[in-house]
Amino acid sequence: MKREEIKVCILRVGGTNCDAETRRAFQELGVQAEVVHVNDVVKRRSLLEFNALVFPGGFSYGDYVRAGAIWAKWMLAKLGGELKTFVEENRPILGICNGFQVLVETGLLPGFDGISPYPEAALATNLPPGYNCRWVYLRHENNGKCVFTRKIPKGKVLRMPVAHSEGRFMFAKEKEKRLLERLYENDQLVFRYCHRNGDYANGSFPTNPNGSFHDIAGICNPEGTIFGLMPHPERAFYWWQQPDWTRQQWMPQYGDGKLIFESLIDYLIEKF
Amino acid sequence: MTARLFIRRKTSFPLFEVNLLEATDEQLLEISREMGLGLNVQEMTAVREYFRSRGRNPTDVELQTIGQTWSEHCFHKTFKGKIKFNGKTIDSLFKTYIRKATAEINPNWCFSVFEDNAGIVKFDEKYGIAIKVETHNHPSAVEPFGGAATGVGGVIRDVLGVWADPVACTDVLGFGPLNYDYEKLPSGVKHPKYVYMGVVAGIGSYGNNMGIPTVNGAIYFDESYVGNVVVYCGCVGLLPLEKFRRNAKPGDIIVLAGGKTGRDGIHGVTFASAELTEKSEEVSRPAVQIANPIEEEKLKRGIIKIRDLELASAITDLGGGGLSSAVGETAKRFNCGAVVELEKVPLKYPGLAPWEIYISESQERMLLSVPPENLKRVLEIFEGEDVEATVIGRYTDDKILRIYYQGEKVAELEISFLFKPPKTLKIAKYKPAEFEEPSFPEPSDLTETLLKLMASPNIASKESVIRTYDHEVKGNTVLKPLQGENAGPNDAAIIKPLEDSWKGIAVSCGMNPSYGKIDSYWMAASAIDEAIRNNVAVGGRRIALLDNFTWGNPEKPERLGSLVRACEACYDFAKTFDTPFISGKDSLYNESPLGPVTPTLLITALGIVPDVRSAVSMDVKAPGDTIYIVGKTFQELGGSEYYKLNGLIGKTVPKVRGDQAKETFKAVTEAIDLGLIKACHDLSEGGLGVAAAEMAFAGGYGMKLDLRRVPRENLSRNDFVLFSESNSRFLVEVSEKAREEFEKLMEGRVYAAIGEVAKVPRLIIRGLKGEIVVDALLSDLLQSWKQTLSKGA
Repeated sequence: MKREEIKVCILRVGGTNCDAETRRAFQELGVQAEVVHVNDVVKRRSLLEFNALVFPGGFSYGDYVRAGAIWAKWMLAKLGGELKTFVEENRPILGICNGFQVLVETGLLPGFDGISPYPEAALATNLPPGYNCRWVYLRHENNGKCVFTRKIPKGKVLRMPVAHSEGRFMFAKEKEKRLLERLYENDQLVFRYCHRNGDYANGSFPTNPNGSFHDIAGICNPEGTIFGLMPHPERAFYWWQQPDWTRQQWMPQYGDGKLIFESLIDYLIEKF
Repeated sequence: MTARLFIRRKTSFPLFEVNLLEATDEQLLEISREMGLGLNVQEMTAVREYFRSRGRNPTDVELQTIGQTWSEHCFHKTFKGKIKFNGKTIDSLFKTYIRKATAEINPNWCFSVFEDNAGIVKFDEKYGIAIKVETHNHPSAVEPFGGAATGVGGVIRDVLGVWADPVACTDVLGFGPLNYDYEKLPSGVKHPKYVYMGVVAGIGSYGNNMGIPTVNGAIYFDESYVGNVVVYCGCVGLLPLEKFRRNAKPGDIIVLAGGKTGRDGIHGVTFASAELTEKSEEVSRPAVQIANPIEEEKLKRGIIKIRDLELASAITDLGGGGLSSAVGETAKRFNCGAVVELEKVPLKYPGLAPWEIYISESQERMLLSVPPENLKRVLEIFEGEDVEATVIGRYTDDKILRIYYQGEKVAELEISFLFKPPKTLKIAKYKPAEFEEPSFPEPSDLTETLLKLMASPNIASKESVIRTYDHEVKGNTVLKPLQGENAGPNDAAIIKPLEDSWKGIAVSCGMNPSYGKIDSYWMAASAIDEAIRNNVAVGGRRIALLDNFTWGNPEKPERLGSLVRACEACYDFAKTFDTPFISGKDSLYNESPLGPVTPTLLITALGIVPDVRSAVSMDVKAPGDTIYIVGKTFQELGGSEYYKLNGLIGKTVPKVRGDQAKETFKAVTEAIDLGLIKACHDLSEGGLGVAAAEMAFAGGYGMKLDLRRVPRENLSRNDFVLFSESNSRFLVEVSEKAREEFEKLMEGRVYAAIGEVAKVPRLIIRGLKGEIVVDALLSDLLQSWKQTLSKGA
């Protein structure tokens, strides 16, 4: 399909708050992006009008119970059928921050064996505990499966901000070794927190800002079409959003976040 | 036998008539106390006169409505009343000083000031910036988390209340020393550490949940804040000026939207206008509201949609006084009356008396007036956002407020009476503080002193707090509160609110409570200077100011005297700098069993950055660049952090030399516009020494400075040159190739090259005799600066 035909749906509910900047990122790249309230989808729209779906950042329904949990159950209850079709047709789904939490809570990620009836992983309370807003380095780990990072070479170090209090990716302790192996086998690992030079954080704070298992910052499903990450690519899109632009003589026009949106669009143009 | 004061009306719900007509003066006060009205004899007598002329007794709903409307919090009696001071009578501090300065400066870019919930200035031809800063001291003292969170929620609604979409929040906080001795805490006063943790968490929680970046702020520690925590919450919003609607008329429907109404926040305003006592916790806990930021996030979406479609004729928030203030003020403003049916108000739980419903300050509620033909669409929009919206009445053309509950008329008041409380006359006295200028020998090792200063709580890094606030959400924060990997403190934050424009908003603040102990006039002048210079340092100009006063009990003449002096300075320096006041708020009666609060004036400055690409951060950029100091240093260490470190206060409080300061600000702005300045940092707490250290470690390069070159007056001690807190000064970094042009531009102004950025990671400072007085590793300076508050909240 042509770039300008691409339609991206940025879903929102009460408490979603990163929708505008996410839409801006897509629009800057020449695709149609619309922010749609879930109430509208239920009443008069369909997810299947769109080629890609984004769960943006925020505090959906106040993040009561667990971050993302209420929105996840809501989606399955009210729009479960459409969502399943969306996934089966390999239409891409992106979850940023709260959106990542939603994708894990819906069982879409890691999705080892398709949509899981229960969460197979968790984005737990940060260690050290508390909300943390800072720029971090991410090392790209994917061998090419993830459609959201297909334009990013493996091993490249990217810079983006995180801002959350529940971002510690973890598996059940007794399964973590085996499940980590499966992530590697399926090429589901996408980003790990690292130092500026690319060395993994190895759990050290604040390089790993939340105590995430194996320094995991983002993963995709085995098909590579569903991707969730805690950092915010939409806040690392333009040069002037970078934390050090006042120090530089020259800045590239865009930040690293753009690569993710661009990869997605590239995939849509090629596959649909 | 005395008459019965409260007579229950025969209704199925609780409603009392209050026997004012037969009450003695003593009983008037008893009624005021019993009902929590907070009215004095003079005011109660005026109320009695009114009902005498009506030939009937008031209901509890009527008395509560009057109590709320006439409270200090809602009516600002002290700022609007008469004050006797130095043999003259000041008729309204607000009109005489604050508003007068704005009127005399009269800039064409002020769109709406002192009229609504927030002040509005023009951003460009199409857009306006709305800004408001609130105080939420009293609730935060009783319930730190809830008090602070609802402070943020309230100020965001103030901005929504002028149809603006919030784009940034600010917060400035004052706490007692975190290591305060538990044994010294009087009963009923919470430990500063507990208050600090709760307040910081409350602020972060609300702003983060709403998705509004918290970009600017400050934290001060002072003994007087142990019993009187200071919580200032600010919000900046953006609105298309042509969508600004303010034309409600009789026949328009009153729509209440947002959260349900409960017993939380009853008598918040009367509580806010009284001293805190041992019993505040027990008596006033219901005065603190409960926060639900997600409700407000949804409400915001609905309101912005209604604004864009131009469906409503007016809007206001429900804050202090709840419905009673919102309905009354709207009716007054548009020369209407109003009919309200209280049983329609959605409640959290049954059992509220009509008066409770009418004055409850439950959060996340807004009041819209909607022309009947638009009602359906307005209700649909709110429904689409999962927001409850209810018709509760309509505006009428008779200028009378009528309130019904289940068909029974529970109140009928003339709007004109409601907004004409008797003018108060207060007495003010001013006596300069009797502090001595200390004398003590100059320490031989200033490196040690500087390291200690870096660690003093008012100077130490606030990173552990700032990182718990999302300052990046919306993706528009061009200049962030923390600069570089070592998180240096930028002087102001810059937001780029529009996608298709490089124009930015710079937000900064100034506050110097320590100077307030010595002289409130120069404290206010210093706060104004600091707020402006912080703004100028990043490239801001065309600055508008906001004033927020936290003071003690104004019934005490000395407290009021220092307030008058501060207002005088506000007028003088707003005029000097051509910086109009556009909004403000006062919190008085900040007194606890431990005594009054240190007079604390927060000045918030809102500037415009014509092109954010020319913004300047505070970190040094490259070795070899020259470091200049701009502005003159005087022996002004009274109230300084350096004196404080030595357990002293002194009396040589920093002054502001208006004309020179204005020149300095102009020069720095010009140099920034010409691209000559690579880094700029204002000199404030801790003076030259601290500013230099911060610039150095933020940039990761050392600095070599020479105090002999610092332009100064009457200064012959290294420690004084290094740590004096004279106003209107900057450190700037200029590259070798820009030096000539910079110096040409600065000709005739007070400035000097005092050193250079160095490759070695040390701060090395030569003293007045050429000897090395400071030689510190950046890593040591950084560690001292970061360790004090590293544990965070």
